Amino acid sequence: MARNASVQTKVGFTVLAWAVALLLFSPILWTIVTAFKTEAEAIATPPTFLPLTFTLDNFGDVQDRSDYIKHAWNSILVSVGSTLLGLVIAIPAAWSMAFAPTKRTKDILMWMLSTKMMPAVGVLIPIYLIFRDLRLLDTVHGLTIIMTLINLPIIIWMLYTYFKEIPVDILEAARMDGAELWSEIVHVLVPMAIPGIASTLLLNVILAWNEAFWTITLTSGRAGTLTAFISSFSSPQGLFLAKLSAASLLAIAPILLLGWFSQKQLVRGLTFGAVK
Amino acid sequence: MATRQTRTLARTMMAPAVIVLLIWMAVPLAMTIWFSFQNYSLINPMMTGFAGWGNYEYVIGDPSFTQALVNTLLLVGGVLLITVIGGTFLALLLDQPIWGQGVLRILVISPFFVMPPVAALIWKNGFMHPGYGMLGHLFKALGLEPVDWFAQYPLFSVIVIVAWQWLPFATLILLTALQSLSEEQREAAEMDGANAVNRFRYIILPHMARAITIVILIQTIFLLGIFAEIRVTTGGGPGYASTNITFLVFRTGILSNDIGAGSAGGVVAVIIANIVAIFLMRAVGKNLDA
Amino acid sequence: MGSITLEHVNKSFGEVEIIPDISLEIEDGEFVVFVGPSGCGKSTLLRLIAGLEDTTSGHIKLDGEDVTGAPPARRGLAMVFQSYALYPHMSVRDNIAFPLKMAKTPQAVIDQKVDYAARTLNLGSYLDRRPRALSGGQRQRVAIGRAIVREPKAFLFDEPLSNLDAALRVNMRLEITELHQQLKTTMIYVTHDQVEAMTMADRIVVLNAGNVEQFGSPLELYKRPANRFVAGFIGSPKMNFVDGPEAEKHKAHSIGVRPEHFTLSTTAGAGQWAGTVNVAEQLGSDTFLHVEVEGLGLMTVRTDGEQTFRHGDKVYLTPAANRIYRFDAAGLALQD
Repeated sequence: MARNASVQTKVGFTVLAWAVALLLFSPILWTIVTAFKTEAEAIATPPTFLPLTFTLDNFGDVQDRSDYIKHAWNSILVSVGSTLLGLVIAIPAAWSMAFAPTKRTKDILMWMLSTKMMPAVGVLIPIYLIFRDLRLLDTVHGLTIIMTLINLPIIIWMLYTYFKEIPVDILEAARMDGAELWSEIVHVLVPMAIPGIASTLLLNVILAWNEAFWTITLTSGRAGTLTAFISSFSSPQGLFLAKLSAASLLAIAPILLLGWFSQKQLVRGLTFGAVK
Repeated sequence: MATRQTRTLARTMMAPAVIVLLIWMAVPLAMTIWFSFQNYSLINPMMTGFAGWGNYEYVIGDPSFTQALVNTLLLVGGVLLITVIGGTFLALLLDQPIWGQGVLRILVISPFFVMPPVAALIWKNGFMHPGYGMLGHLFKALGLEPVDWFAQYPLFSVIVIVAWQWLPFATLILLTALQSLSEEQREAAEMDGANAVNRFRYIILPHMARAITIVILIQTIFLLGIFAEIRVTTGGGPGYASTNITFLVFRTGILSNDIGAGSAGGVVAVIIANIVAIFLMRAVGKNLDA
Repeated sequence: MGSITLEHVNKSFGEVEIIPDISLEIEDGEFVVFVGPSGCGKSTLLRLIAGLEDTTSGHIKLDGEDVTGAPPARRGLAMVFQSYALYPHMSVRDNIAFPLKMAKTPQAVIDQKVDYAARTLNLGSYLDRRPRALSGGQRQRVAIGRAIVREPKAFLFDEPLSNLDAALRVNMRLEITELHQQLKTTMIYVTHDQVEAMTMADRIVVLNAGNVEQFGSPLELYKRPANRFVAGFIGSPKMNFVDGPEAEKHKAHSIGVRPEHFTLSTTAGAGQWAGTVNVAEQLGSDTFLHVEVEGLGLMTVRTDGEQTFRHGDKVYLTPAANRIYRFDAAGLALQD
């Protein structure tokens, strides 16, 4: 179908595709341009597209807000921290399932994936109460623990699939060469699995950053992440639409960029091998 | 390739993950079930003791529950419909010979990476606000009254926001599956005299059936738990018009501090999720055995 | 220094017995080949010796020391894998140095040994390259180099030449044999190719469905096969077998004649097998004829390359009287 499509067909489809794509992207586009407008212009009627007065004030105001900085920092800590903690638990588990499988390995893997399918509200109340009693509510470490737990199945699954692509005889050669288990993992497995580990890291940082249930229900101001921060502006106050756009843009930009590079990882990580 | 040694090591290495997930699964769930049979409210500490089925009767009997249940099904069904059909259409479109495919993919996939609160607020303030939202401006330009979407069509508005976020996921998965269909198969069909519509119906669609099944299954799991978009826009209202089961439990347990009732709601949510999962697996399971 | 003893080794996966019961004694410095058809257990046996698999029962001893429960790292053996199993993220130098690094050898000694291995195997010019930049034969040599530096008690080769093209295979066969002559270390070599077995081995273990059919020198296996299986496996082209009345004439249940043990004639004579040429394979050095012999079936005959035959030619075969192998009903060889 790609061989001799006439120029007309190509142009036709291109126009249609770009129209649809821009339409879908328009809300993000709106956020970008509004972030550079003045507040007055942001709610002006009739609306303007590109800012008549281009201003960076909104970004400055947002950066100055110490609570924004704090929440951004929390987002980083929680998403990176939970993913790294997840990796520490997952690498040995994935090694074990990929290189020393037993009859029950597949079942255990499926069970682990099924823990991700449990509705969060099924455990919301006890977790809330436990956190309250252990004084983990509204703390970064409490939130990190929960994030690790909900992403662990995906981290294990992704590492498992990447490890399975490593030929077993290279690890056996390492054993013949005198490597104990620790050396085998550190000197041979991990260096060979770096791309896979990086991909897993990437996708799960994104998923943790965007998580918007536990980060909202378990925090109230100190340990909130950017999701909680933005949520707190749910009541409409048109006066600060431009600033909200600026804050939103800052919150989503890094993940958008990361996301553009992680399409393949997304398919691998979230379809559990059913689509290649 | 395993020896006794590697097998023992393997068990040790897997233990942390298994133990951690086991505790995460079992303990809180058991507590939820326990609480659901207790009279336990944080704002009324005088009320204690075994409640029997009382919480369940209270929750399920309340009209808000029926509405939440209906809303949940509408929400999931609506988003699935939009994303699967839209995703198929988009995947087919992006598979055509067009210029700038790389950039197009990036544009199309972006909404998935926008965090739910931001997505909700962009739609709420930038598009759906009757005063200064883009849709409001559009309606006025066409001489129509701007619609206050969240007041008049709250559930529909939430469906739109969630569908916008998940359309890229469906598109990406379906596009990946589509591109795995070998060119030769399509050419063979063409040689056999099939036109574009027939090629779609007899070659492309069956090939994508498995991917569509996966998209439906995975999205359903996530869609049952939609929360932030509701919290940030309508707060479940007006009344319970845009409350789903998840939000209902949150409202009852956390906002109203009724632990007993909230827990009952939580257990019901888990049961519903399992029923949906079983139903889905049976209905579409045959596609997965390919 | 490198003697290996297997005592009643059994390897089973649940109900399935891959190797029922094998006992072998391999002497220090020997080049022993494990040969047999696919699935006979030869690779499994090698991996049991290496320690990559556990025995279900039985003992494995190295130089008299029981290593049955010891992990591969502690057995002092080196293995060359079929896929070479080189570390893709390390240079050739680091690949060869890895076992020494694991043994915490001082860097100066490592450098010395790596250079020695590199010189022995002609790897000097690509010590700094990655495996993906090497050809199949070069990678093979790196794998051997990695094994050499360990100065192991024995080398284990798992079908190392299977992934090479025919010409390269012949060269590598010679190199490995020369290596053995130079190092004089015990080598156990697994292959399904009986030509490799015959040309390289001091002694051959012929395996079939997990059982040792025969353990002896190449010529012993050729001249005095213990049973029909070995007789049919060793020697190329395969031995011709005949059952029935013709075999009974020689007081056996079945008899076998190798293709190279026929005298060929184009004229009829006494005591001969008459037949028609079906296919003639002319290699120049030899000619192999596939002859449909009346009453006895299809036979392969070797004759010199000077003669030309065509489909349909009538030929008369005389098997050499003292080269007829006799087998009983169970397939065991009958002594003369």
